[in-house]
This record gives sequence, C-alpha cells and structure tokens, in this order.
Amino acid sequence: MDLIIPTISQGLLWSVMSIGVYLTFRVLDIADLTVEGSFPLGGAVAAALLTIGYNPISAILAACAAGMLSGVVTGFLHTKLKIPALLAGILSMIALYSVNLRIMGKANLSLLQIDTVFTIFPASFDNQTMVLLVGLVIVLIVGIINYWFFGTEIGAAIRATGFNQHMIRANGVNTNITIILGLLMSNGLVAVSGALVAQSNGFADVGMGVGTIVIGLASVIIGEVLFGTKSFRNCLISVVLGSIVYRVVIAIVLQLGMPPNDLKLFTAVLVTLALSLPLFKAKFNSKKRRVAG
Amino acid sequence: MLRVENISKTFNPGTITEKIALSDVSLRLNPGDFVTVIGGNGAGKSTLMNSIAGAFLVDTGKIIIDNNDITKWPEHKRAKFIGRVFQDPMMGTAAGMMIEENLAIASRRGKTPSFRWSAPKSEREKFRELLKSLNLGLENRLENKVGLLSGGQRQALTLLMATMADPKLLLLDEHTAALDPKTAEKVLAITENIISDRSLTTLMITHNMRDALRFGNRLIMMYNGKIIIDVSGKDKKDLEVQDLLEMFEKASGSEMDSDRMLLG
Ligand SMILES: Nc1ncnc2c1ncn2[C@@H]1O[C@H](COP(=O)(O)OP(=O)(O)O)[C@@H](O)[C@H]1O
Ligand SMILES: [Mg+2]
Repeated sequence: MDLIIPTISQGLLWSVMSIGVYLTFRVLDIADLTVEGSFPLGGAVAAALLTIGYNPISAILAACAAGMLSGVVTGFLHTKLKIPALLAGILSMIALYSVNLRIMGKANLSLLQIDTVFTIFPASFDNQTMVLLVGLVIVLIVGIINYWFFGTEIGAAIRATGFNQHMIRANGVNTNITIILGLLMSNGLVAVSGALVAQSNGFADVGMGVGTIVIGLASVIIGEVLFGTKSFRNCLISVVLGSIVYRVVIAIVLQLGMPPNDLKLFTAVLVTLALSLPLFKAKFNSKKRRVAG
Repeated sequence: MLRVENISKTFNPGTITEKIALSDVSLRLNPGDFVTVIGGNGAGKSTLMNSIAGAFLVDTGKIIIDNNDITKWPEHKRAKFIGRVFQDPMMGTAAGMMIEENLAIASRRGKTPSFRWSAPKSEREKFRELLKSLNLGLENRLENKVGLLSGGQRQALTLLMATMADPKLLLLDEHTAALDPKTAEKVLAITENIISDRSLTTLMITHNMRDALRFGNRLIMMYNGKIIIDVSGKDKKDLEVQDLLEMFEKASGSEMDSDRMLLG
C-alpha cells in the first residue's frame, strides 16, 4: 500500500515521455526510435548541469532543448536525406549513445547530495509527496502546452500531416517542416522526462534509455484502450493515465514475484499483444460472421 | 491564366521501365475555361495534372500561372494557386480530424500556418453555410470525424475544400471514378454548380466520354503523352461520342480502347 504514491509519481514522470511517443507514433504516424537516445540525453544533460551547480529548472529546460535538437536531427535525416523514419531514428539513437557518454564524461553520474527539482521547493512535505506534486504540476504544464500547440494552425497542420500528407501538401503546407516540428516536440518531451526520472532516481545512466520506446507504446496503448481516444485532449489524458496504469501493473507483477530482470520481456510481450489485438479481433469477427452466415 | 509550354516528363529514365509519360505538351487556359480531359489508360492525363500541381518537376518546358513561373516551385507552394480533388476519396481529407478542422485548414490554403487557434468558433457559421450548399446534411456534423463520411460525401467535402480559398486553377482527376453511378452524378452536379457559380478555371479528367461532352466549354483528348484533340466553344457543343471516336482514330491512327473509356 505504501507503494501507491511512488508508483503514481513514477507514472507521472514517465508519462511526459509517453506523450512524446504518442506524438510520433500516433500523431505523426512514425515509429521514432530517437527516444531511446533522447531519454538518456535528457538525463545526461540535466545531471551534468546539476553537478556543476545549475539550478534544476534550467537543467530541465536545457534537457528539453537538447532533446528537441535530437528530434530535429532525426527529422533532417528523414525528410531531407530521405532516410526511412525507422532507420533515421536508429541512427540518432546510436549517435546519442556516444553523445550522452561525452556529456556525462562517464557511464553514470550520481546526483546524491545535489539539489534536484524535487528538493528545491521549501515545503513541509516529505520527499515522496514532493515527487508526486512536482510530477503533477509538470504533467499539467506539459498537457496544457500540448493541448494549446496542437490546436493552433501549426499544430493542426502537424496532425494533418500524420493523417494524410497528400491532403496537407495540397493545402500548401511543407510536410518536411511539420514532420521535423513533430519530432522536435516529441523528443523535447522525452528528454524532459529523462531529466525528471534521473533526478528522482538520484543518478543518470547511459543505459537508462533501453526500452523507452516500448514503455511509451505500452502506456499509449493501455491509455487508449482504457480511457478512450475521442478527441486530442482525451488522447493526452489517456496517455498520462495509461502511463500510470502501466507503472501500477509493473508494481503488481513485481510484488507477485516476477524477477526485475524480466521486466522488459514482460513489457515487450504486453505491447506485442496490444498491437496485435486488432488482428485477432478481425479474425474473431470474421469467424463469427462465417458461423452466423 | 495557365500556360503550359512544351513540357515533357519521362519516368525512370535510362532503365528498362523507362516511360515517356508526357512529350512536348503545350496548353493555354483562358480565365474561366472549364476543360474536360479524356484519353485511354496511361495516356498521360494524371501526369499532366501532377506536373501542374507539382507532385514532381518536369524534365523540360515551363509552367506559368498568372505570370508566375512555377516550373521549379515545390508542390506545397503551388497550392496557393491550385485546388485539387483526387480520384481516391481518401486522399483529399484528413480522416482522423473533424469536418470543421479540415475546412479550417482548407480555408487557409497557401498561407503559412501560425500560432492562431486553428478552428475558432467564429468560423462555424461560415462553414455551416458552405456545407449547406452541398445539400448532404453535413452542416450539422461539423464535429464529426471525416472518416465517418461516405466516399461521395468525402469527395463533395474535398471539392468544397479545394475551392473555398479561391484557387486560380481547379484540378479534378477522375474525382467521381471511385463512386457508384448515382453518387457520381450527384458529385458532378455539385462540381458543375461550384465551377459555374464562381467561374473557376478548371481541368477535369474523366473516363466517361459522355461527361466530357456534357460538361465544360472545352475538351482535350490525350494519347501517348500528347494532346491530340482540342475543341472548344460551339465545336465542342455540337460534338457527339461518334464524332469523338472518329477524330480519335484519325489523330492517333489506332482504335479507341473502349474497355476503359466509357462511351456513356
Ligand atoms: N510515378 C510514376 N512512376 C513511373 N511511371 C509512372 C508514374 N506515374 C505515371 N507513370 C506512367 O506514365 C504513364 C502515364 O500515366 P498517367 O498519367 O497516370 O496516365 P492516365 O492518363 O491514365 O492518367 C503510364 O504508363 C504510367 O504507368
Ligand atoms: Mg489517371
């Protein structure tokens, strides 16, 4: 029971990443693997800046900017150099591994004894409650910014790009730019999430991004199935709740005795099942129809 | 208005799949011209339209709209002048977005998107009026996703979208070919209304000879990447399917492949 608050908090901190994955996977209709590198990039930039005395807010903003830049690189590879999106993301991800090592100077940077975004506010709450509150505030800010941005003309053009590039080009929009902007937004958020998770864990690690995409997808799909996709706002809320539910599920299976090393396998199987659900549904329905007819 | 001067386009040059799709085509449209375009499968009709719209660059020649030489312009920049409806009803709209959002995007065709709110409530009345003119009951479905509409409704909506920002040129590529005959007839009637109401300069590809004769003030026929027949005004009015077939045989030296060309 005492795990409830930290579990929800983790869900909130990671949900910022999940929103990023939602923006590429669902809005732009691209599976972007950059996130496997931009998540630890956010952690690395934030940790490196915190250890040399920057305040946590600037560290998070810098992480965001770095993440955005990585998204722009992937977007450039994809749109200008015509490299398939999946491969463009893989190239960025691999390159970021070296970049992240350079930023941190080593594979792991500890943040113990250093002020983080969860400790700077003078408050009488204990640490656990503080993480929850900060997580809530940040998710709220991120949610509002996204809701606003994707409701503007530019945001609508990005969403239309994901649905139908022909249509939006025929309406005068340069899809290279909308794709790059979408990847920028996405990876900026993913890096912010990396910066938050690193601060809550007390360290940044070059390997902390492994499986990011799959965790993001799991959260997106769980959210969509449980909480709906009626409107863009509905989707944003679903992704955040999906991310929390994912953490709760993980906490439960760990409690039930699953070895932590099997977590990634578990998540991969979960996402595989969820992604193949439409296929099974179609098969099931056509069988039913055949029986009925 | 539109000037196409000696354009050529070869796909996959220098390979075994090399295909000369347009060879030295020239065409001038006067303001208000409504031109129907016919020709057999692979004659180069879509390639001509796609060249004008900028889906790819032509190998030689020039394309000029209202004194703007757009030959080298990218597709999205040409959209400022050109409204388009495709054959595939899926191509002209964003299925996952609301009718109102699609209309909002189309109402700003050719303008750089800004940070303004995309589909403000203040535009709803205008959209509703426009949709009403289609007579399809769409005026009460502004918040429905376009994916819920039928093919015919989507083509009618796409027509509205293509014309709402006053295009200098309207391009229709067999935009009723994927519809059942009754729906096609309805969409054609809407097309005719919009074009004549606003005197839009239009190129309309059709695979139906009867429609090509029935609509527009001018008719061109393509064959092997060339325009082989170009009639307008009274000559076109007097034309019948039989005359067209004869003209085709004389101009091309071959029989019409009537499998695909519907004689109506
Ligand atoms: N993108 C393309 N790549 C290669 N060949 C093409 C392409 N587009 C059209 N073609 C070829 O060019 C010729 C003309 O095609 P098209 O203009 O689509 O004919 P239609 O008159 O039926 O619209 C055809 O032989 C077609 O196969
Ligand atoms: Mg064609």
